[in-house]
Amino acid sequence: MAIFLNETSKVIVQGMTGSEGQKHTTRMLASGTTIVGGVNPRKAGTAVDFDVDGTTTSVPVFGTVADAVATTGADVSVIFVPPAFTKDAVIEAIDAGVPLVVIITEGVPVDDTAVFYNYAASKGVRLVGPNCPGLISPGRSNVGIIPANIAGAGPIGLVSKSGTLTYQMMYELREFGFSTAIGIGGDPIIGTTHIDALEAFEADPETKVIVMIGEIGGDAEERAAAFIAEHVTKPVVGYVAGFTAPEGKTMGHAGAIVSGSSGTAEAKKVALEAAGVKVGKTPSETAALARDLLGG
Amino acid sequence: MDLFEYQARDLFEKHGVPVLGGIVATTPEEARAAAEQLLGDSGGVVVVKAQVKIGGRGKAGGVKVAKSAQEAADRASEILGMDIKGHTVHRVMIAAGADIAEEYYFSVLLDRSERRYLAMASVEGGMEIEELAVERPEALARVPVDPQVGIDQAKADEIVAAAGFAADVAPKVAAAIQKLWTVYRDEDATLVEVNPLVKTGAGEIVALDGKVTLDTNADFRHPDHAELEDKAAADPLEAKAKAADLNYVKLDGEVGIIGNGAGLVMSTLDVVAYAGEAHGGVKPANFLDIGGGASAAVMSAGLDVILNDPQVKSVFVNVFGGITACDEVANGIVQALEILGDEANKPLVVRLDGNAVEEGRAILAQAAHPLVTVVDTMDGAADKAAELANS
Repeated sequence: MAIFLNETSKVIVQGMTGSEGQKHTTRMLASGTTIVGGVNPRKAGTAVDFDVDGTTTSVPVFGTVADAVATTGADVSVIFVPPAFTKDAVIEAIDAGVPLVVIITEGVPVDDTAVFYNYAASKGVRLVGPNCPGLISPGRSNVGIIPANIAGAGPIGLVSKSGTLTYQMMYELREFGFSTAIGIGGDPIIGTTHIDALEAFEADPETKVIVMIGEIGGDAEERAAAFIAEHVTKPVVGYVAGFTAPEGKTMGHAGAIVSGSSGTAEAKKVALEAAGVKVGKTPSETAALARDLLGG
Repeated sequence: MDLFEYQARDLFEKHGVPVLGGIVATTPEEARAAAEQLLGDSGGVVVVKAQVKIGGRGKAGGVKVAKSAQEAADRASEILGMDIKGHTVHRVMIAAGADIAEEYYFSVLLDRSERRYLAMASVEGGMEIEELAVERPEALARVPVDPQVGIDQAKADEIVAAAGFAADVAPKVAAAIQKLWTVYRDEDATLVEVNPLVKTGAGEIVALDGKVTLDTNADFRHPDHAELEDKAAADPLEAKAKAADLNYVKLDGEVGIIGNGAGLVMSTLDVVAYAGEAHGGVKPANFLDIGGGASAAVMSAGLDVILNDPQVKSVFVNVFGGITACDEVANGIVQALEILGDEANKPLVVRLDGNAVEEGRAILAQAAHPLVTVVDTMDGAADKAAELANS
């Protein structure tokens, strides 16, 4: 088991023919992801050859997401198109009936995200991102840009707003491995939230310990804390970044901003601890807390 | 990006929101000319309003009425240069005087928690809205807005009814609200606030003040928004970083920080601050995310900004090699130090981990640059950088 993504997932890549799309499709193929197609209206009917560890893998290009789904039965789409085209790409995937759409693109206007998020919600489609590294169920499937060689499969479920902190935490806990590690993104509006991931990890028998990484801005962590107190029986270890962030400054991620007294790291830490979550002061200390729970 | 009131006023005018005349001035002479122009129109009074991106300017003496052009110039000379809660006043807006019968409140903003928009309206305007929300929450109507639909006639009527606007002004307020929605959507705002929205003696609805925040992610479809940026107010180091396309925020501290990925860099600041507690209370000097590919060019541009910060005593380079390989990062650091030459004059603590870490550390060991110390763990490196900043 894993959450959202497993060995049966069939993945298409929107933006596969671009430079980022090609680079990451190669990496995804190398980590065992079943990629069944790419989408580009101007290159429909062609195929792209990927050199994966010396073996050539040919992936067909379809003109539309609907064509790709009809032909391949794809149930995941990962989006690498530029911000100006992201909204149309997401809506196309939703209309084609893809149940899981992973949006890697950084810099999407929040009005576009607000529109396609609400549209996806109305159609029962799960979005991950935007502005995220995607998700990996090690040994099964890897959708996005998370390096597959950091850690293997294991009992930890990891959910994080930050890409590099996801990698850092996977690295620190690589001796245990992960059921699924999911980077949900640092934008003001995102599809899959901490709560969605917590709910899925709680239901996943393979996941024994959950590590949750948050950062300043918004109240997602406080909401997640309330959800944990009510619904999560598995042990949760937390980390929050941004204690030293000044008020009113955006810290890299569009959503990472303390506004007045709201969105502070301290408030998030207090809320998580009140829900019984052990919160580490540094990523390494957080990893040590998880290690204790796993008997390492 | 937060706008000044005069910029918000101009956007309102562009989208048909009813506003009064308003002209920005940076000198008393400009204020006099602006007042002459506006008084020529109305023959009444003008208001000289400090342009600062912070609330409470009225109480601080930043808003004054003037009955003549000379008086406007005098008031402007008093207000220009004033300090309002740490914000120096560089501009005033000379606004036509309003005959105010009633004051209302309206805003529409991004509701992150609910992942939609929220419109708020009250027939009790003028006061600080945070106070109203706490003291008389029943007086502040809060109406969710579906981003797929926006504020159409039906939604505007719903907002006006929820706030309890009187029948004589309701249609005009609903019309103004729809125009304000046009500002919100067409300009890619995340906040449009009018406080006060007023009814004049003649029964007209006018936006008398305006606060607008724009989404900089949408700049690609708004080339005109670049002009709205307050370049003069930016910290010189932040301006230099921005020119080099670096994601940098200046802070008040001694340990310069370079890292990859927003979350990891935020975390690095925190870890340095904790480590600093044992080293004379030194703090992180900045946020700088060099992103995924830490090339020599990006690394040297980043180091160049940080080494030009006179407060910086040591630098902590914290990179986790995910997609980027640590050997490329290590080469980037070595080449950046060559490019900078004598300019590189402060100790660097480097922590590399992840993809190709052994190769990366070997490259740094080989180069043996006298300023560079390699520490294996993030916490250990933060401690070393804090120690060096305190020595």
